Amino acid sequence: MTNTGSNYWKKNKRYLLILLVIWFFVSYGCGILFAPMLDQIRVGGFKLGFWFAQQGSIYVFVAIIFVYVVLMNKLDKSYKEEEKP
Amino acid sequence: MDVQVWTYIIVGITFVIYIGIAIWSRAGSTGEFYVAGGGVHPLANGMATAADWMSAASFISMAGLISFMGYDGAVYLMGWTGGYVLLALLLAPYLRKFGKFTVPDFIGDRYYSNVARSVAVICALFVSFTYVSGQMRGVGVVFSRFLEVEINTGIIIGMGIVFFYAVMGGMKGITYTQVAQYCVLIFAFMVPIFFISIQLTGHWLPQLGFGGKLLENGTYLLDHLDGLHEQLGFTAYTDGSKSMQDVFFITAALMIGTAGLPHVIVRFFTVPRVKDARLSAGYALVFIAILYTTAPALAAFARTNLIQTVSGQSYQDMPEWFTKWEVTGLISFEDKNQDGKIQYLADPDQNELIIDQDIMVLANPEIAQLPNWVIALVAAGGLAAALSTAAGLLLVISTSVAHDLIKKQINPKISERGELMIARIAAAFAVVVAGYFGINPPDFVAAVVALAFGLAAASFFPAIVLGIFYSRMNKEGAIAGMLVGLISMLLYILKFKFGFLGGGGPQDWWFGISPEGFGTAAMIINFAVSLIVSRFTPPPPDYIQEMISNIRKP
Repeated sequence: MTNTGSNYWKKNKRYLLILLVIWFFVSYGCGILFAPMLDQIRVGGFKLGFWFAQQGSIYVFVAIIFVYVVLMNKLDKSYKEEEKP
Repeated sequence: MDVQVWTYIIVGITFVIYIGIAIWSRAGSTGEFYVAGGGVHPLANGMATAADWMSAASFISMAGLISFMGYDGAVYLMGWTGGYVLLALLLAPYLRKFGKFTVPDFIGDRYYSNVARSVAVICALFVSFTYVSGQMRGVGVVFSRFLEVEINTGIIIGMGIVFFYAVMGGMKGITYTQVAQYCVLIFAFMVPIFFISIQLTGHWLPQLGFGGKLLENGTYLLDHLDGLHEQLGFTAYTDGSKSMQDVFFITAALMIGTAGLPHVIVRFFTVPRVKDARLSAGYALVFIAILYTTAPALAAFARTNLIQTVSGQSYQDMPEWFTKWEVTGLISFEDKNQDGKIQYLADPDQNELIIDQDIMVLANPEIAQLPNWVIALVAAGGLAAALSTAAGLLLVISTSVAHDLIKKQINPKISERGELMIARIAAAFAVVVAGYFGINPPDFVAAVVALAFGLAAASFFPAIVLGIFYSRMNKEGAIAGMLVGLISMLLYILKFKFGFLGGGGPQDWWFGISPEGFGTAAMIINFAVSLIVSRFTPPPPDYIQEMISNIRKP
């Protein structure tokens, strides 16, 4: 693997790690493990833990994918520029 | 006009559209038949993926299920959406870069082994057949309830339609009909809910109405519903009754299973570039989220409406829809204490009313007193959901047979035309088998759905992820992992769902994990076995290392 190639892969893996931590935290964290605790907090008619479990986590999932799309498109571009002599 | 006429008109129009699209998009090559020539726009692929993924169960049953489960319904909501994050981040772009036709293709090539390929083919066939019989049944049920034809006649009509566009158009025909089907199903799902949300809460957007105040008494909808539940002896709507670790494991099994389902993965082979695979996974989740964030709101609305309409009321005063759905057996009332009133209670000895979950979506327009064309629309939506999923699954079956078995293993010298012919015959054969299971459903359909997700989670997911992210993973590790994952999943289901091997109830579950959630455990076992076995066996050859580093580049 060329040097730029392995850099590209390293950066990609870092993005993945960060985004998957967020993914895990909102769904399994806020939606399940901490839900009873978050249910003490109210936002409008929702208990917060319930909201994360049935609404919020899904919105965050969508956001995660689009953030990844943007990050990777940028990374692809800089990689292609480095490839040129 | 009455409902019947409206239904014939609307369903008829949608069917004409599907057939028209099929004729327009006939497949001329195996590439077009398997992956639509790899030229689908990411937005179109996102819609097609959403329709492919959302089945008759998502459309008809899920909101009803949630309305009976309350908080616990989150296992479906998060489980069937969160998997797309895994798909978009860990699988889709790399599989697109790899650039072949099927999941067994990847497993067979990456692990340089036809044994691995065969294991993958068996899993793909098993998962797809399990699923598709449920879809054909769904088609029959919608036909019989809305058009008053026999279930079996309904299934045969549905088979005819799917046969036409799946066999002629392959992936190309399926993709563009799925785009149309997505539009039909989402429109049909949303329209009644806008009305209901306005009626109950004054917000037109159900996601806001869900957290809003009721117009009639100014209390928050969810607080009101919790209160009703407590009065009747149910657990509060916003609290669950499943244990926390079970919710955790079921959610994970559904997420990982989603990411491992071959008919979903294969959709990402149809877009032109790697970046399109990522983007179209994002679009797909947006289109899915529209339904999946509305369903829990609908569940709460329907539950409130239902309790207020029936609980403690006199049977004589029930509205027309009540008696109409009583005829179909979806509602049944037995006046145990002979007072002429309906007692709807948590205690099974005193409860007098039994309600099927499907009614929450199917009877919704009638409960909310919406016009007849809306009711007809729901029928067309249910059919679109069932047909689109069935077609996607049939394609996986046909490519597994024509490409992975015949072309790659039995007769590699087969001509392009011969392979295409076999793919068509396999699709036709699969339609017939699916129809047979739809007409004579095995009793264990419900039980094997858990198995389908569990198997996808326990077999495909680890093999693909390790194949991409761990270049040291070799064929011995992957095959051992898939087999051990598969077998442990099968044994657990056989023991706790079918009573073999001594059977057992919830108190015997390992670590309190239900069979639905065991896919997560089986996946962990697969990962562990794969990693350990690969340590003690020779690393993969150099050309595989090269292939992996190539997949990882943009």
